[in-house]
Amino acid sequence: MSERPIQFYFRGAIQTIQGPAPTRTVLQYLREDLQQTGTKEGCAEGDCGACTVVIGELTGDDGNEALRLRAVNACIQFLPALDGKALFTVEDLASGEQLHPVQQALVDRHGSQCGFCTPGFAMSLFALYENQDTCPERDEIDHTLSGNLCRCTGYRPIVDAARDAYALPRQPIDRLPVIAALKELRKLPPLDYAGAGRQSHSPRTLVELAELRARLPEARIVAGGTDVGLWVTKLGRDLGEIIQIGAVAELKRIQIGPKRLEIGAGATLTDAFAALVAFEPQWGELARRFASTPVKNAGTLGGNVANGSPIGDSMPALIALGARVVLHRLGTEREMPLEDFYLDYQKTALQPGEFVRGLLLDAPADALIRHFRAYKVAKRLDQDISAVAAGLAVHVDNEGIVRRARLAFGGMAGTPKRAESAEAALLGRPWSPDSVRLAMTALREDFSPFSDVRATQAYRLSVAANLLQRFWLETSPDGGQAVRLGALAPISPEGRA
Amino acid sequence: MNAPHAPVVHGPQIGRPVAHESAHLHVSGKATYIDDIPEAAGTLHAAPGLSTIARGRIKSIDLSAVRAHPGVRAVLTAVDIPGENNCGPILHDDPILTADAIQFYGQAIFVVAAETRDAARQAARLAKIEYEAEAPILDIDAAIAAESWVLPPFAMQRGPVDEAFAGAPHHLEGSAVLGGQEHFYLEGQISYALPKEDATLHVICSTQHPTEMQQMVAHCLHWRSHQVIVECRRMGGGFGGKESQSAQWACLAALLAVHTGKPVKMRLDRDDDMVATGKRHPFQYRWQSAFDDTGRILGLRLEFASNCGYSADLSGPVNDRTICHIDNAYYLDAVALKSLRCKTNRVSNTAFRGFGGPQGMFVIENVIDDIARHLKRDPLAVRQVNFYDVEPGARSTTPYGMTVEDNVAPALVGQLAADCDYAARRAAIAEFNASSNVLKRGIALTPIKFGISFNATHYNQAGALVHVYTDGSVLVSHGGTEMGQGLYTKIKQIVAHEFGLTLDDVRLSSTDTSRVANTSATAASSGADLNGKAAQAACLNIKARLAAFVVELTNAAVDAADVRFSCGRVQAGSVFDEAFAELVMRAYRARIQLWDAGFYKTPKLHFDPVTKLGRPFFYFAYGAACSEVAIDTLTGETRVLRVDILHDVGRSINPALDIGQIEGGFIQGMGWLTSEELWWRPDGPQAGRLMSHAPSTYKIPTASDLPEVFNVHLFDNANVEDSIHRSKAVGEPPFMLGLSVFQALRDAVAATLPAGQPVQLDAPATPEAILRALGDCCGQPVGGG
Repeated sequence: MSERPIQFYFRGAIQTIQGPAPTRTVLQYLREDLQQTGTKEGCAEGDCGACTVVIGELTGDDGNEALRLRAVNACIQFLPALDGKALFTVEDLASGEQLHPVQQALVDRHGSQCGFCTPGFAMSLFALYENQDTCPERDEIDHTLSGNLCRCTGYRPIVDAARDAYALPRQPIDRLPVIAALKELRKLPPLDYAGAGRQSHSPRTLVELAELRARLPEARIVAGGTDVGLWVTKLGRDLGEIIQIGAVAELKRIQIGPKRLEIGAGATLTDAFAALVAFEPQWGELARRFASTPVKNAGTLGGNVANGSPIGDSMPALIALGARVVLHRLGTEREMPLEDFYLDYQKTALQPGEFVRGLLLDAPADALIRHFRAYKVAKRLDQDISAVAAGLAVHVDNEGIVRRARLAFGGMAGTPKRAESAEAALLGRPWSPDSVRLAMTALREDFSPFSDVRATQAYRLSVAANLLQRFWLETSPDGGQAVRLGALAPISPEGRA
Repeated sequence: MNAPHAPVVHGPQIGRPVAHESAHLHVSGKATYIDDIPEAAGTLHAAPGLSTIARGRIKSIDLSAVRAHPGVRAVLTAVDIPGENNCGPILHDDPILTADAIQFYGQAIFVVAAETRDAARQAARLAKIEYEAEAPILDIDAAIAAESWVLPPFAMQRGPVDEAFAGAPHHLEGSAVLGGQEHFYLEGQISYALPKEDATLHVICSTQHPTEMQQMVAHCLHWRSHQVIVECRRMGGGFGGKESQSAQWACLAALLAVHTGKPVKMRLDRDDDMVATGKRHPFQYRWQSAFDDTGRILGLRLEFASNCGYSADLSGPVNDRTICHIDNAYYLDAVALKSLRCKTNRVSNTAFRGFGGPQGMFVIENVIDDIARHLKRDPLAVRQVNFYDVEPGARSTTPYGMTVEDNVAPALVGQLAADCDYAARRAAIAEFNASSNVLKRGIALTPIKFGISFNATHYNQAGALVHVYTDGSVLVSHGGTEMGQGLYTKIKQIVAHEFGLTLDDVRLSSTDTSRVANTSATAASSGADLNGKAAQAACLNIKARLAAFVVELTNAAVDAADVRFSCGRVQAGSVFDEAFAELVMRAYRARIQLWDAGFYKTPKLHFDPVTKLGRPFFYFAYGAACSEVAIDTLTGETRVLRVDILHDVGRSINPALDIGQIEGGFIQGMGWLTSEELWWRPDGPQAGRLMSHAPSTYKIPTASDLPEVFNVHLFDNANVEDSIHRSKAVGEPPFMLGLSVFQALRDAVAATLPAGQPVQLDAPATPEAILRALGDCCGQPVGGG
């Protein structure tokens, strides 16, 4: 690796950055260094979307390159993450006076009032427009906009504008010059960047990463930066030396087979959830509600797991499915059940020089019937950290007896944790309301959660137990009662439209 | 640059759904907010140092590390304020920087200016402050127990209350808890102070109240008003949060600018903004109602207590507006009200869209819903029997003594109930609920009646300055501020309409205290009413001179009254017809004044702030919403499935903007009553610390919360009063349409309870509050109130 400036494609040309600290954010760089002020700061923590920009990344092997465009939050992206990529901001959308279709539709539909959030909405809609040739359904529009807050309009005109943009003459960007530029950037050596007295390393291979990690066991690993970014923007922390893992191709790999799913630690949450849903469709709701689209486009499943937050939403479901975490140190790997990875509040089994390489999920190997659900309970449907998250799995034999149970919860303890008493209450008993009631009672012995900004202890305990009830209702042989709000449509009185 | 696609339209500009005048700038990132203005050379950046206890005194303060941090150019504390250390708008009880006493967690103690914003924020973290902590008073119950008030308790009574109770066949008691609300304007508080020659300052400030900022800055510097210019082109949202709350940051930027001689920009970090600026007042209520068999209210005793925080700020007027909206659309024959304005160790609460009105209407809707459930009647029917008379009569006087002369609530509600098929859907929902155990639906149709005008009569005035240039283009300044509501667009339409010009012919300049003086806050929904009339008045002055000039040009062949301004021309019968631009050039050469000021004061208003009696409002705006919801009884999660709204904006100046205000107001009101929960640490060393201090922890609605069916229509109605083009104010009233969501949630909760049992649901109706109301969760709310 060699020390060099950050290089990326922006405004039609390759740009270089040399000088700023590696933890300077893309948003600060745009607004303060380049005076490109179309992109706004609303919260500096990736939760409001006023700073949304679109990142273009080269995918595919040599000769097969394609450009992937995804919306991210510029406020928590560090500059080295731009290396080798293309950056698009709201200033890129219009051609002279000719507005882009998403911009024109926002004007025509009265989709802006104060206008401060609007550039971010325009960029999220631009990413949708580039990735989808035809007008998507409402839920996909909502999902696209899940990281953009508007306080003025109530969203209706923005959702309408998302649709209307497809009615205007199609105006995709010309990808060829971008791909050509990114191919040139691909030829550069891996990035070693120094700025303002701080070092950042962006290895490209697993071997390089392992060597760096062994040499710099104290360096901070940064994947998507969707959590670490806030340590800088909100807490003012000095991260010291940084290892950015976003360029390590092996870590982004996702291998899906009939029996096994393997997700590299560097795979984005967007990609990881797509694979999880393909492997087990019951991931669908959690995949939809987890964070926001821009956060999922930057953040990684490995980061969510390695971070070990007690309220990380992915872990309960992963634990319920028996996921194993793969740890790597200088060419040596070891595996362990994910629940064993968490030792205590913010304490994991990682040894010095070791890092999370990926996650493994195996399909059930026996003839038992597996019921599985992943639930999330929060104050808001989208982009809200859960009060309680649950991953629930029971394996039932053909007599209807529970032979295995893995009931894992987030938000209930200092780490993601299995409900051992509740599991024990089910084992060997029929999968029945009576057994579920026993498990619901036993669950109260498993946890003593905190009361905090998201919920009280009493609520968390009640809801965790009630989720077991929901699990039963949804998986019982005579199930069929509507138990999900998402399934409801407005009432339609008989004889009327 | 004007919107490239906007068609040029001649003819009447009033009533056209034209786009926001900045829409093309918003979508392209070219709309300039204060932080986007290219910085003047030498600009310094400011950050505040905030307290880390809720109540006590500063024992010692060591700022040496702050001063020593690289890039720091100035660190100021209270002793560095040359003038008055106050940014409180009414009572002078809000220190800009506290000198000694700590009154809430997050109170500003010092301010840093540094060469970069990062340096200022890093330096501010290095202060070493020791406190003598005292036990804080955090919630309403504690304040009442300690008799801790920002203003003394106020009681009023209208009618024979005791007799009404004695003679009534039914009585109920009730109570309710209502949380506050964070404004969450997307653009946080920001001021940019630029020192100019000879002890003057230009302060560019994101504020709804430039004149008050001018006065506050002058006072803290011990200057006079003519030394300070405050300017605001646009805000990235206001909602009341930039009425008084912008003052502290404007003053700090100004102090630092004068102290250093450099331009100083103060832009709060979002977390600091949420911790250190006021919010909507939380309320608690207790009431007794007396009513007849139909549910008609015969008597009401109501005590309401608001959590005002540590200082008075605007809490007096906010609570006055609560008093004036307890009635909502309902006649209260005998009513006794008691208003407690609690002083607590929380940030000082302030103006927020509706300004206390929502908190008044919230409680009467609960009172009525309880009555309906007690009598096992449809809540809508009980609402309807309580309406004011349509024609002023026996049931037309409000508790504050004003006669309701423009009541369209019965007609509007009747029309909405029919249009949205309320009765049939209500029956279908009952059927659904009978067979659904886990999910329950609810429906509610609630009206609003909202008084338009500032309660304080003297604020109901406005000025405007209209320049007609010799090429026929027009530049307008006025006292109102643009926060996204479309005020500039409406003013543009009003002025273009008067002169018979196109919208492209008229441009709005930024709001600036050096162009229009002594302005009122853009608040109380009054922006277009007041400033529209003022701009129109200025236009009429200019038109009168031009008309006289036409009479002169035609040798009095026409009468001034016959001169018409339309389609870019000035015409008088068949005698005179000339392009507007040509006429004004001739008028200029004839030395005729082509610019003028306009002034407007709202007629008919009087209100006694002591007795709270009078006619505080010029007119009322009406509306109604029907919301259909569902709740999940396992988790308490909720969903709004369908909403139908019919709203009265009088004769709309711009239906697109008005519908935007209605939809946005409704969703904001829905958020207030559902997902938006403020939570402070209730105890421990960080007691009183706001933990919902960022969008990660404070949840305003997102796109997925927009109801699947959302029908919004304007009610066909003209203002009976002579408002600007017979329109009605629209900024605040639709916010309270969100009350229908809360009542629908109560309806869904009631479906799980025995008939006749009251619903005890706290607001916001978070999943936890819903589960508590269902009786399934033993927890008590912690940290709200």
